[in-house]
Order: sequence, then C-alpha cells, then structure tokens
Amino acid sequence: MHPLKDKACIVGVGETPYTRGTDRSQLNQILRATVAAAEDAGLSPRDIDGIVTPMPMPTVEHLAANLGIPDLRFSSSSNIGGAAPVAALQHAAMAVALGVARNVLVPVGWNAYSGAGVRGAGRSGPVGLPPSFGLTMAEYYMPFGLAVPAQWFAWIATRYVQQYQVPLEGPAAVALAARKHAQLNEKAFMRGRPMTMDDYRNARMIAEPFRLFDCCLETDGACAIIISSAERARDLKQPPVYIAGIAEGHPLPADDIPSRKEFFRIGLTFATPQALAMADLKLDAVDFVEIYDCFTHIVLLELEALGFCKPGEAWQFVQNGRIELGGELPFNTHGGLLSEAHVAGLNHVAEATRQLRHQCGERQVKDAEVGVVTGFGDFGDGSLAVLRR
Amino acid sequence: MATPAKYERPLPSMRGLAGEFYGYCKKHELRFQRCLGCGAWRHVPREMCADCGSFDYEWAKSSGKGQVFSWSTTTQTMLPKFADAVPYSIVIVELEEGVRMATWVIDVKPDQLRIGIPVDVVFDDVTDHVTLAKFRRRFQA
Repeated sequence: MHPLKDKACIVGVGETPYTRGTDRSQLNQILRATVAAAEDAGLSPRDIDGIVTPMPMPTVEHLAANLGIPDLRFSSSSNIGGAAPVAALQHAAMAVALGVARNVLVPVGWNAYSGAGVRGAGRSGPVGLPPSFGLTMAEYYMPFGLAVPAQWFAWIATRYVQQYQVPLEGPAAVALAARKHAQLNEKAFMRGRPMTMDDYRNARMIAEPFRLFDCCLETDGACAIIISSAERARDLKQPPVYIAGIAEGHPLPADDIPSRKEFFRIGLTFATPQALAMADLKLDAVDFVEIYDCFTHIVLLELEALGFCKPGEAWQFVQNGRIELGGELPFNTHGGLLSEAHVAGLNHVAEATRQLRHQCGERQVKDAEVGVVTGFGDFGDGSLAVLRR
Repeated sequence: MATPAKYERPLPSMRGLAGEFYGYCKKHELRFQRCLGCGAWRHVPREMCADCGSFDYEWAKSSGKGQVFSWSTTTQTMLPKFADAVPYSIVIVELEEGVRMATWVIDVKPDQLRIGIPVDVVFDDVTDHVTLAKFRRRFQA
C-alpha cells in the first residue's frame, strides 16, 4: 500500500463571496477565507502550523504574521499555475502524514477581476510571470504577439479540433453543464444567469477556437483548505474527507508547447495512473469529477487524460447529459471556473469536500463516496486528487 | 500587418542562448541547436540535450522549409502593441529537421490556415538589432 494513502484529510474549507468588484485586498480576502476554513474545521487560525502557497503572493510569512501563528513549522510553495492548488494538497498531505506539521493551510485568493487579471499579463509584459515558463514566452512567443492563456492553449485546442474534427457541440456541452450547475449554487457568480446553446454559439470569439463562454471567469475572492492527519481529523468538527490518491505530472517539456513530441500529453496524463494506483481505485469507482476548466476544450482533453474516454472521443462522451447532475459522471457540480469563480481551482477542492460530506443540498451527488479533482496550469502542468469520505 | 514606423512590439532580449538564436536570424540564417552527442535537433535553445545529456552542440543550418502544425488566432487585442494586427495567427511551424517554432505565416489569412500547408522561412528586420524568422506559403510547381 502507498504510504500516503488515506493518511491525510481535508478538515476545513472556507471561502469569501465571489464577486466582480471588492474593496478588500488580496491578502485580506485570503485571511478571511482562512478564518472561515479554521472555523469550519473547529480550529483556531493559530492552530495552523504549516502553509503551502499555490500562488507567489502573498508570501507564507505575510500570512503567518497576520494570522498570529505562534509556531510555523512547515512552509512550501508550488509554482505550477492552475495545477498548484491540488499539487499543494500533496505537499500538505506529506507534511501532516509525517508529523512535520499538524494543520496545514492551502490558500488561494486574488482579485482577478478588480486587480491585475489574467488579461493584464499581456499589458504588463513578462514582469511577474511565473519563472517556470516566463522565459520561453518572453523570448520566443511574445515577439509574435502571444502572451495570455487563451492564446497559448488555442495552439493545443486548434490542433485538437482539427485532428479529431471536434464539433462545436463538444465544448458547448461542457460550458452548458457548468452553467446549469451554477444555478444550484448560491455562491456561483453565474447563478441567475442561465445559458442556452444560442447564447453559447453567438458569443464573441476571444481567441479561436475559444468563444467567450469557453473561457473561465475572472472574479475576486479567496478559498482556503486545511489539511490534518487522518488520526487528528477524526476528532475535528466535520466528517473527514480522505486524500486517497494524489499526484502531479508535467508535459514534456513543461516550459514550451510547440516542441512537444506528443502534443496532447498533458501533466494529467502522467499524474492519473499514479494517483489512481495510490488510491487503489479504478475509474468506475468515481462518483463525480471537479475538472480544472480554464477552457472547455481543455476539459475534453483532461477527460481523455483521465481515461474516461479515448483520445478524440471526449466530445461524444460529454453529450446527452452524461456530465450533468443526475448523469453518469457529474462534472463541476459547483459551476467551476466557468460559472462559479476563478480561484485557480481551489474552489474545486472545496466543492469536492462538501460533496463528500454530503453538504451540497439540491446539487448533492447522491451517495457520493469518491470524487476526483484535477488541476491544470501554466503550459499544461497537471495534478490530481482522489478524495473519499 | 505592415511594420509600424517605430517598432514598439515586444522584442527578444538578445542575451544568452536567445541572443545566439536571434543573432543568426539577424544574419538571415535560420539555425537551431543540434546535439554533438546524438545529433538531435532542438528548439527552444537549451543548455544540454534532453535526449542524451550532452552539453555540446552546434548551431546547424535549417533548410527553412516546413509546414503548418497548429496555430492560435487572436481575434481581440491581447497585447496593445499588436492591436493593429488583429486578427492574426501565431503559427507553430514544423521544420523539415523536426523542430517546431512559434512564428507567423505572413501571407495566409487566419481562416485559410490548415495543418500541413508548406511554408518557407522569410526574415523580417523589425528593428536595426532584431530580425524575426517568419514564413510564407510555398507554392509547389
């Protein structure tokens, strides 16, 4: 048995409201989500003795100083964009399983709408870009006018659509399912704004093949998760949610897209067999998936990397309500980055945790026992958590 | 897609390995690193060969002939200095030697791009110091 299997649990989740427009700083948002997560767990924020940051800012030191943590024993960071939050869970799980720390915080928050958003990357130039791929982009992509995620993932999506003749109905089913689920989630930014196929089809093109509703939201807000050892989790306030399997993976090479020999091999392709083997589970045990949905076509690619369908067949797989609540494999039950909020996918972890606690009300996946959460970031780095109640 | 009078778009640093690659472009030569250990061509430039681990390489001359592998078409302004170029496509061209690079195909409109279109390199002296390797459709006789 894998030494980390079921040794760590998610014990607390907290979120701020997800908005467009806020008076609060990024740091303030993260601290509020952290306090909520501690309260959810039945802990004091001062009980946190480890912090893993999936975003460069704010720093661990900033957070610990504000929270008044008297004895911070473990700190680390994961710098792989949208794959970092789930990868950070792995750092945290290892720390609590080994006794290096007792309660580890994983926080993500940003004012992606009101502050320097993703779109701002192109305006500010390479300054502040993650160093993992910033060099390649500055030297070899930006001189040709490519600087934002919609543009670089369009390279992958264009080849994917062309090679497999993926019709509009494929990505549309992803966008429509997410929006439908958001209507059942009081926190979702797109609640109250249902979408039809015509809305989807008629939306403006952002970067081909991505139309407006193929792209994730830009929102303000924060989410925080607290991880403790399985032993300790049993004495805390909430039903423990076990980290049964967890892994990260990277495409080859991770810092350049054009030169990849196998163009559709993403980080998740490597992480999936590792995480499933650790959990000692097969895909048919999975009751729902929370998939990193920066762009709808990427969700299709991830479903294939996870092994739910063969290469090029995900667009058929997602038809006829299969990925909607009540279907065979409910996907992004909270609305995801597409329709709930963009907190780099840590909200997917929060949702999976609540689903496995059976706290999701009218969007609850009936009898949910096992859920999968993916991360996808930078130029295709991946991460995967198999969670169980 | 006319080059602005004063060129204000992002430029490569012209330092380190990027400087070597673009230095050859300035001389209107398309050269890529070729490993002296195993003969593998590579781009983007690297300190060592990911295939065999050798630190030794040469800058080998490419035929400049390739084909369209994929593309990203920008339909709304992402970088302000490229506003006048919208819509434009950042194309991945696969060279005969097997390497792929991000570039432009200057005479094929975004909606006319197809996988496999044959292209030849052309050099665009965008400033006195920087030349970008771009491509043009090759019409076979």
